[in-house]
Amino acid sequence: MLSYFITRIAQAIVVVFAMSVIVFVGVFAIGNPIDVMIDPGATQAIREKLIAQYGLDQPLVVQYWTFLRNVFAGDLGTSMVYNIPVVDLVFSRFPATLELVAVSVLIAVGVGIPAGLWAGYRPDSIGAKLVMALSVLGFSVPTFWIGMLLIMGFAVELGWLPSGGRGDEATFLGVSSSLFTPDGWSHVIMPAINLSLFKMGLMIRLTRAGMVEAMGTDYVKFARAQGLPDRQIVFSHILRNISIPIVTVLGLELGSTLAFAVVTESVFNWPGVGKLIIDSILQLDRPVMVSYLIMVVILFVLINLVVDLVYARLDPRVRLKGGA
Amino acid sequence: MPEIIAENIAAVPSAPPVETRAERLRNFWSDFRESWVAVGALIVIGVLLFLSFGAPLVSPQDPYDMAMLDWLDAFLRPGTEGSGGYVHLLGTDNAGRDMLSAIFYGLRTSFVIGLSAGALALLVGIAVGLTAAYFGGRIEALLMRIVDLQLSMPAILLALVLVAMLGQGIVQIILALVVAQYAYFARTTHGAAKVERGKDYIEAARSTPLPTHRVLFKHLLPNVLPPLIVVATVQVASAIALEATLSFLGVGLPLTEPSLGSLISNGFKYIHSDRYWLSIYPGLALMLTVVAINLVGDQVRKVLDPRNSR
Repeated sequence: MLSYFITRIAQAIVVVFAMSVIVFVGVFAIGNPIDVMIDPGATQAIREKLIAQYGLDQPLVVQYWTFLRNVFAGDLGTSMVYNIPVVDLVFSRFPATLELVAVSVLIAVGVGIPAGLWAGYRPDSIGAKLVMALSVLGFSVPTFWIGMLLIMGFAVELGWLPSGGRGDEATFLGVSSSLFTPDGWSHVIMPAINLSLFKMGLMIRLTRAGMVEAMGTDYVKFARAQGLPDRQIVFSHILRNISIPIVTVLGLELGSTLAFAVVTESVFNWPGVGKLIIDSILQLDRPVMVSYLIMVVILFVLINLVVDLVYARLDPRVRLKGGA
Repeated sequence: MPEIIAENIAAVPSAPPVETRAERLRNFWSDFRESWVAVGALIVIGVLLFLSFGAPLVSPQDPYDMAMLDWLDAFLRPGTEGSGGYVHLLGTDNAGRDMLSAIFYGLRTSFVIGLSAGALALLVGIAVGLTAAYFGGRIEALLMRIVDLQLSMPAILLALVLVAMLGQGIVQIILALVVAQYAYFARTTHGAAKVERGKDYIEAARSTPLPTHRVLFKHLLPNVLPPLIVVATVQVASAIALEATLSFLGVGLPLTEPSLGSLISNGFKYIHSDRYWLSIYPGLALMLTVVAINLVGDQVRKVLDPRNSR
């Protein structure tokens, strides 16, 4: 058990290092950021001075070594566009993304699970088929296109909701968030729905599959024979049993929600981390790109590691075959 | 005593008749036909393929040809007659481009990217998956760990980063999509090949002096193909959607090489000025394409699922 844990953690560290090299070399290959940020009329002397200032005249290996040393000192570099430390930049944008993700998960769970339960309870009803068709749409139609339709419908045509941006913030119990103001909610609701659709489709399918399976099991038959009302069987017996895979998938989806936030934040001009990375790619803001990518890699490696270790704890077969 | 032998043979439970390729195809089609939604989707795909690859023939204008564009025709409403003397059924965009023609050409770009990315990813995925399953050991552990790690990351993020590194252009986008998507094929191939590898016929083939590549491609590969076909349909749809998303985010194709994504992205700029036709129509075309491919893929999966076989 212990040797399996150590092997997996060592593997994870190797992966993070390998990915950091790939990211660094890849971003290096994009081009010289000085050419983008500098005034085209600047003299060669100013240009060379700037290049030296950012250490871009050094060989790639030296640049990578400097970068690594700085990372371990907690310094991810300074954004070339905003001219503030990347760490501060990312943390200043993070609350907005967190708000968006939180509301979208709430919507996905709040709509997806009841809809999935219904679709699994009466799988042949028209309503159930409609729910399943909607879940297919949530899966296959590109997020940005649905976001655009939402803006056209609710912002441009009906004028009910603002078309983008984050609303007024308010401070409550020392936490500042736009979720404490009505204006904030009017801004967050459309992007959150947009971001939730994919997860909602997933939740509907998972819950429905679990529900259909559970309806045929002995414990449900016995509960029925006992004379329990269906409502009680579904909510206190079935839901408890099928909630474990749902929670697992929801946890795994956290990472991909962050990725999809890139698209949703761009459509709705939401000032979060996703918008930041798109802007930094378009403006060749190298330190922000490198830091964001390495943070994402670490996040995914961590999620993978935790899942593997938890499964190994639960299922001995995994650690017997997978140690190599 | 020939009678006894004949009797004995008759007593042996008859093996299922071996189907010829044509018969298998006919059976597949008769199963596929059962869903009229899927048949409809297949027809839609056929029409879209015809309109896109026949774009130079069917569209009223060549949207690539700057000489044919007239600034005076910009932002014409759908159904207005322009200076070219014909009616712009879906209106024109900010450069006076006929939207209908732009959509046909854009669809062609999207199909080219989706199909070639899907085909290349299929080849790379098969190579990786077969290698891992056939050789096993450390090679398998290494390859499949990379594949698993990639699968845990959303394809959109990977593609975004790759396009940022490789630059804009059709070839770069296809490359990025292949890298982002081959893992789905690799995992499917690996899973199916692992199951097949344990069966007797592979054992038998390996015990003969046949070269490895022959066992791999003539014996193993045909038997792992069905699940790959399903993955391929879904991945073509997802490649088209991914390309559109990348172009929408501004890292995909420029408007001079219109794909559906860059058309929508261009239209998005005018979303507040009541010029809905710039973004709505290319968006509908994209949605129709992606949903139709997915519906067909869904039905193919149902038909090929061994649990459904008679």
